Amino acid sequence: MTATIERGSATAPVIPPEDVPAKKAKAAGAPARTAPPRSGGFLGSSSGKKAVMAVTGAVLVLFLVGHMAGNLKSFFGAESFNAYADFLRTMGEPIFPRRVLLSLVEVVLVVAVGLHMWAAVSLARRAGRARPVGYAARRRSRASGYATHVMRWGGVTILLFVIWHLLDLTFGAVNPAGWDGTPYERLVQGFDPSRWWVTVFYAVALVMVGLHLRHGLWSAFQTLGLASSRSYRPLRGVATLVSAVLVLGFLAVPLAVAAGVIK
Amino acid sequence: MGMNLTLKVWRQKGPEDKGRMVTYRVEDVSPDMSFLEMLDVLNERLILEGDDPVAFDHDCREGICGMCGMVINGVAHGEQVATTTCQLHMRHFADGAVITVEPWRAAPFPVVKDLVVDRSAFDRIIQAGGFVSVPAGSAPDAHSVPVKKADADAAFDAATCIGCGACVAACPNGSASLFTAAKITHLGLLPQGAPERDSRARDMVEQMDAEGFGGCTNTGECTAVCPKGIPLDTIARMNRDYLRAAR
Repeated sequence: MTATIERGSATAPVIPPEDVPAKKAKAAGAPARTAPPRSGGFLGSSSGKKAVMAVTGAVLVLFLVGHMAGNLKSFFGAESFNAYADFLRTMGEPIFPRRVLLSLVEVVLVVAVGLHMWAAVSLARRAGRARPVGYAARRRSRASGYATHVMRWGGVTILLFVIWHLLDLTFGAVNPAGWDGTPYERLVQGFDPSRWWVTVFYAVALVMVGLHLRHGLWSAFQTLGLASSRSYRPLRGVATLVSAVLVLGFLAVPLAVAAGVIK
Repeated sequence: MGMNLTLKVWRQKGPEDKGRMVTYRVEDVSPDMSFLEMLDVLNERLILEGDDPVAFDHDCREGICGMCGMVINGVAHGEQVATTTCQLHMRHFADGAVITVEPWRAAPFPVVKDLVVDRSAFDRIIQAGGFVSVPAGSAPDAHSVPVKKADADAAFDAATCIGCGACVAACPNGSASLFTAAKITHLGLLPQGAPERDSRARDMVEQMDAEGFGGCTNTGECTAVCPKGIPLDTIARMNRDYLRAAR
């Protein structure tokens, strides 16, 4: 018995997709030496945006270390904590007038947060465009861990937290002690056991910060080209350690207030 | 007494077709068959029944050419580590298993038909800088240009990339960073490739972006599915070279 096999569409000539962008066609035709495919320069490239993300992230981590150290002053009493808050405003005097250095730090932080978010949104949109059709099977992670996969939504959570945090302890808008209270009063009344939900929100947000840093810290070294296969283990170890220290250091204060240790 | 399997395969008549998952039963599969041979069995039956066989890319079938590749149960090239689809054998599946088979999914890899995707975006990344512009001539005398053993090993590791595209398929961002970085590392580590190290990184990274691939977020999914185990630190090297070029 002989089966007759028709020339099916599997062996028929394939029509190439027509919607090849002009940029690709040009790059394919022209020799790369004479016409390098410039695609918007450093800040337009994925590697450039990642470098911006890494550097601004590093600035923010340094800020977090200082912020945490300052918070721990609250364990030494109202005097110590309020004096530290006052120091932040008077540092640099008399060369710099009151609050000038602090304002400079604030500007740097706002710029860093802005650039960090710009890079993140831009890269997330690029990633979305790169896979318009998803997989039918649930794609299982073969690498890394949970922290890596909550960077984007974790970042959004942290942004919401920062907004609340500023309204609460910086501007006093949602704080019982209000704008006129001393920093210590805002701290103690803000985390009063009756406002337990605030403490819970802070705890959840801080864990998010920790996860964000667990991936972000070592990732910054990779992005800036400073990592190698030999340094991955120590880098991840340091990332875990720094994240854990920061989370515990930040958590200690609201928990101590809620438990009545700081009052 | 072979295995009986249920396959859910992506069928798409051509680039413009919407495509859908189609379920097939494949019976009496030998555990010694490769995944592609199992698909051959299905295709023989489909042809005899007058149906259109499932199109998939393949060439050497010994894991070195980089032609084959499909996402099997959500994992590029299947669960078996450091293995191409052609070297994945049916003994790794349970009798009665339901197996989902899909093409690489990325905008720069448009589906041509069924499981075949157009990977010429990779060719254009190579054209942008994945070469050495010196008159190669005949092979130089050994040791005429000393190369550190560690560099030679790392360059060779990177050079084992077969350009299959599994890294793109596995990346949550659809990034081609591992592929591009492997070529940049392979050429940049060797003396012949050193003079163009900076321009190569800049041109290849920018072509990668122009093709529409996503950026790297260091998830490591690429290196986990790479049939050649291209290490993640090639991407660190790509970033380093790119930043050097941008300075």
